Amino acid sequence: MPLLEVSGLSKRYRRGDTLVSAVDDVSFTIAAAETLALVGPSGSGKSTIARLVTRLIEPDAGTILFEGTDLRGLKPSALRAMRGRLQIVFQNPLAALNPRATVGRVIDDPLKIHTGFSRGERRSRVASLLERVRLDPALASRPIHEISGGQRQRVAIARALASSPTLIVLDEAVSALDVSVRAEILQLLKRIQRETRVAYLFITHDLGVVRAAADRVAILDGGKIVESGIATEVVSNPQSAIGKALVAAAPRLPRG
Amino acid sequence: MTVLAQLQRFGVSYSRDRAVAPALADVDLDLKAGEKLAIIGESGSGKSTIALALAGLLPSEAKLTGSLVWPGYPDRPPRAGRDIGFVFQDPGGSLNPVFTIGNTIAEVVQVNRSVDWHAALQAAHELIDRVRLPDPELIARSYPHQLSGGQRQRVAIAAAIAGRPLLLIADEATSALDTIVQAEIVALIRSLVEADGMTLLFISHDIALAASLADRIAVLRSGRLVECGDTRTIIQEPKDAYTKQLLRAHLAVEA
Repeated sequence: MPLLEVSGLSKRYRRGDTLVSAVDDVSFTIAAAETLALVGPSGSGKSTIARLVTRLIEPDAGTILFEGTDLRGLKPSALRAMRGRLQIVFQNPLAALNPRATVGRVIDDPLKIHTGFSRGERRSRVASLLERVRLDPALASRPIHEISGGQRQRVAIARALASSPTLIVLDEAVSALDVSVRAEILQLLKRIQRETRVAYLFITHDLGVVRAAADRVAILDGGKIVESGIATEVVSNPQSAIGKALVAAAPRLPRG
Repeated sequence: MTVLAQLQRFGVSYSRDRAVAPALADVDLDLKAGEKLAIIGESGSGKSTIALALAGLLPSEAKLTGSLVWPGYPDRPPRAGRDIGFVFQDPGGSLNPVFTIGNTIAEVVQVNRSVDWHAALQAAHELIDRVRLPDPELIARSYPHQLSGGQRQRVAIAAAIAGRPLLLIADEATSALDTIVQAEIVALIRSLVEADGMTLLFISHDIALAASLADRIAVLRSGRLVECGDTRTIIQEPKDAYTKQLLRAHLAVEA
């Protein structure tokens, strides 16, 4: 049984008098310890899928089986419990995290909600989560607004890891980072995956990131999956028109 | 090539809590007339500070050291808006949300070309067409929120070239766009700059993108110029360890 099995997922939005399909009959699976990238241009529906899968918004149709349970039927209490196992990291950590909260509090909050740990246990857990994302545990007392963008994204990852998730949705989570910071975060995510067997749903518009980070890829266009397969194979030899356009548009270093 | 702007031991610093924080230090750099120069660097490298200094847009509390001269303009440096066009990362932030696109561009034309409003609107339509937006009449009547991010950036480019500048500065102008739109905007900038003989200063964190457009690349790190040279030399024979690190961090789509 796959960790996540999405089938027939659809979401439409009202725009004026018409309904616009943002996600149209999308199906995919993710196994434990696997990374699936969803890639496509702006407006292709990839971020809507991130929000549907984490049930931040409700689908119009389709099923989302996570660890064998259909998320659509879950009552609020069961949904809260499930959210510990299915986390999301957004593009902009300064918008996602309270800028005035300390690093320690940002990571402690999910521990309070999702674990029965005592205050002392939680404090040592915060320290070990900071170490897991390669940050100095002394950073726990610093407010979010005082640390760098790369450090903030590490804190967002530590917070996501606090409730021991089996799946993390990464919604353009490395897109706003400097290139050298991005390379470090991608390495960090891989190492965490080896250590914890967490799976990633990696939402990105960047095929370079897909090639570096994903096992499989699904290419979206106009809310539909138009192509999918092994990441390295699809990126080196795309079949769909949009896949070819994405590969052609990717910046390349001139050779020879 | 003649030198358009020359930075010599140029530095910019800000006083913060009585400590002096240099944003830029000891930069020696020539901007040649008609060239496409890319400045690459990461957050806090000082790349936008160079752009703001050239455009005369640094905040008044900035302390300048060294010199910035325009050899062809002994009496008065080129003016931002007219002689220097500026395209920023976020076109949503550069365009007035309650102005139509036509009025936004026409205003720039009127201020810089001393023509009447009717002629300015006519010129705005021509500029909308030049940045290859479909149906200029319709676009001119639209508001920024009715356009996509890529279309808004085309409008920002039209406004930037409305004063017929000699220097176009694009500061992370494509960073917020998806890959396909980014490639289109880079192609548009290239064709406009070459057609009008403008000098281009292209500021980016993406060394591969910069290399696809620029004749020369300057690499900045922590306010200092670490390396500057022909694009080919910088990419194939980088001397500085930091340039090599940026090249390694590039995520290629091909093996």
